[in-house]
Amino acid sequence: MAVYEHSYKPYEGELTSARTRFLVLPRYAYQDLFKYKLFTALFVASYVAPLIFGILIYLHHNSSALAIFNINAADVVPINGVFFFVLANIQTTMAFIFTVIIGPVLISRDLANNALPLYLSRPFTRVEYVIGKMSVLMILLSLIIWVPGMLLFIFQSYLEGGSWLVENWWIAKAIMVGGMVWIMALTLLVLALSAWIKWRTAASAALFATFIIPAPIGFAIQGIFNTTVGHLLNISIALEAIMRSLFRYGSDDNRLLTTSQGWMVFAVYCAICLLMLSRRVRAYEVIS
Amino acid sequence: MPDENTNKQPVIELDKLRIVFGKRPILQDIEGSLHGRCIGLLGPNGAGKTTLIHTLLGFHKPSSGTARIFGMDILTRARDIRTLIGYMPERDAFISNMNCVHFVRLMAELSGLPSEAALERAHEALFYVGLGEARYRELGTYSLGMKQMAKLAQSIVHGPRLICLDEPTNGLDPPARKRMLELIREIRDSGNSHIVFSSHLLRDVEECCDEVLILKDGRIAAICDLEEERRANRSFIEMETRNATPEFAEAIASLGCEYAVSGSQRFKLIMQDGMDVRNIYRIASERNVQIRKMNYKRDSLEDIFLKAMEQ
Repeated sequence: MAVYEHSYKPYEGELTSARTRFLVLPRYAYQDLFKYKLFTALFVASYVAPLIFGILIYLHHNSSALAIFNINAADVVPINGVFFFVLANIQTTMAFIFTVIIGPVLISRDLANNALPLYLSRPFTRVEYVIGKMSVLMILLSLIIWVPGMLLFIFQSYLEGGSWLVENWWIAKAIMVGGMVWIMALTLLVLALSAWIKWRTAASAALFATFIIPAPIGFAIQGIFNTTVGHLLNISIALEAIMRSLFRYGSDDNRLLTTSQGWMVFAVYCAICLLMLSRRVRAYEVIS
Repeated sequence: MPDENTNKQPVIELDKLRIVFGKRPILQDIEGSLHGRCIGLLGPNGAGKTTLIHTLLGFHKPSSGTARIFGMDILTRARDIRTLIGYMPERDAFISNMNCVHFVRLMAELSGLPSEAALERAHEALFYVGLGEARYRELGTYSLGMKQMAKLAQSIVHGPRLICLDEPTNGLDPPARKRMLELIREIRDSGNSHIVFSSHLLRDVEECCDEVLILKDGRIAAICDLEEERRANRSFIEMETRNATPEFAEAIASLGCEYAVSGSQRFKLIMQDGMDVRNIYRIASERNVQIRKMNYKRDSLEDIFLKAMEQ
């Protein structure tokens, strides 16, 4: 079917692997997103904190540099779990901003334009569609949350030596698992909202509300009934409990939710989001 | 080259296919086998045409029974089937914030074409449907006719073996409708793809299809091989006369025509192959019979459709 021939011919070439076909969706999404200079600038800005933390690691191991800045080695922050926990917290805040920008329209636009039959009439299932849309956020948020953390961990291990790596391998696990937990929570939540709320602003507001509104409710219940059960509604406290446990920062006694409660809330939130997605991501909605 | 196997094998086999939404049966145990190069799906609104296409695409799970496309069961080989199908939905369907060539390319890539081949095919498909000059415009700025063509382009970009077109001429002005039907006929005649053409416009189906499935209230009212009908169909002459006598009728019969008379002056003649209509005028002239009105017609799809609807 060459342009000049203007006739219809079938395609006889090779096909791509069905397993990786979902990656077509993030590729097209990034082409669209990185067209905007503001978005690219924001993405670059998300690396400011890792850069500062990298400089701190470098200073920690460079006595001549410390001497130039007239800083005592003892005054430089120690490189441990807390150091990486703080970095992870900064990066998850950045990730939240990116989620608010990208997430609310990921599915709602397709629903508004009846695009789902176009996707699903191809060798492309509902699950692959959701995974494709999830990977738009998951790849980007990975680059913001855990990839810089892991790079800094490797940098620190290189400067400090093998024994530090052996002693602190759990930090790498915490960076990776903690990052993935945040990414999963943000991604599923925003996709579920996007599938149910067509209006971008409303979906963004709903995302904020999911993180903000449960907090006063939880504290009100705690104040009245002297129980922390109310915080089970709060995904943000649940995620914090998981992160603190992974980074070995504080004990369960000092937290609003225990680690196991945190994991439970996380699992329930994910299940609800998946249920919401499965209800809405269909080629056509059948009204019985 | 057309695939020889596809010519022997039924394109679509319906095996007691039943679809129920809630408690409402939409398709009721429909059974049949369709072989045509271009298969028309006809029926009044709500007959189940679109539901049948959606079921073949795997959007709805049959309540009982099944269907096969090129011998592949829709229940067990949905993915393989969708690799071979192109679908043009009835409603407006596109991806926003995208120009047309990006949209068609994305659809090609989702069908499994590598990125570069998808881009090349997207350009070709858009030129083919007549959107070559407008291919870099955003889809949101397209007119209805252009959107229909863009939908057609995305349905053929990956070179499917079966193209399902759901009301493709909906909302088109006469020139755009003509162009759409020309394209459908061209694809049909290329011999590379089969087409399922759902419409409630008999003329559109008659112009393009060689086989028709007529649905009524979720049941098959008729399956008709239009090619066969066209070959077997006799031509009719409806004639209104003045001063016709029994001798005139006998003379007409002597031409080898079967005829029927209503009200002594109205004749319906079944034309024989090779019969010259001028002979009728000659006989009338010789017997001083005036021919006031003469209609020459074939048994049309409309007759077949109306017969099916009366059942």
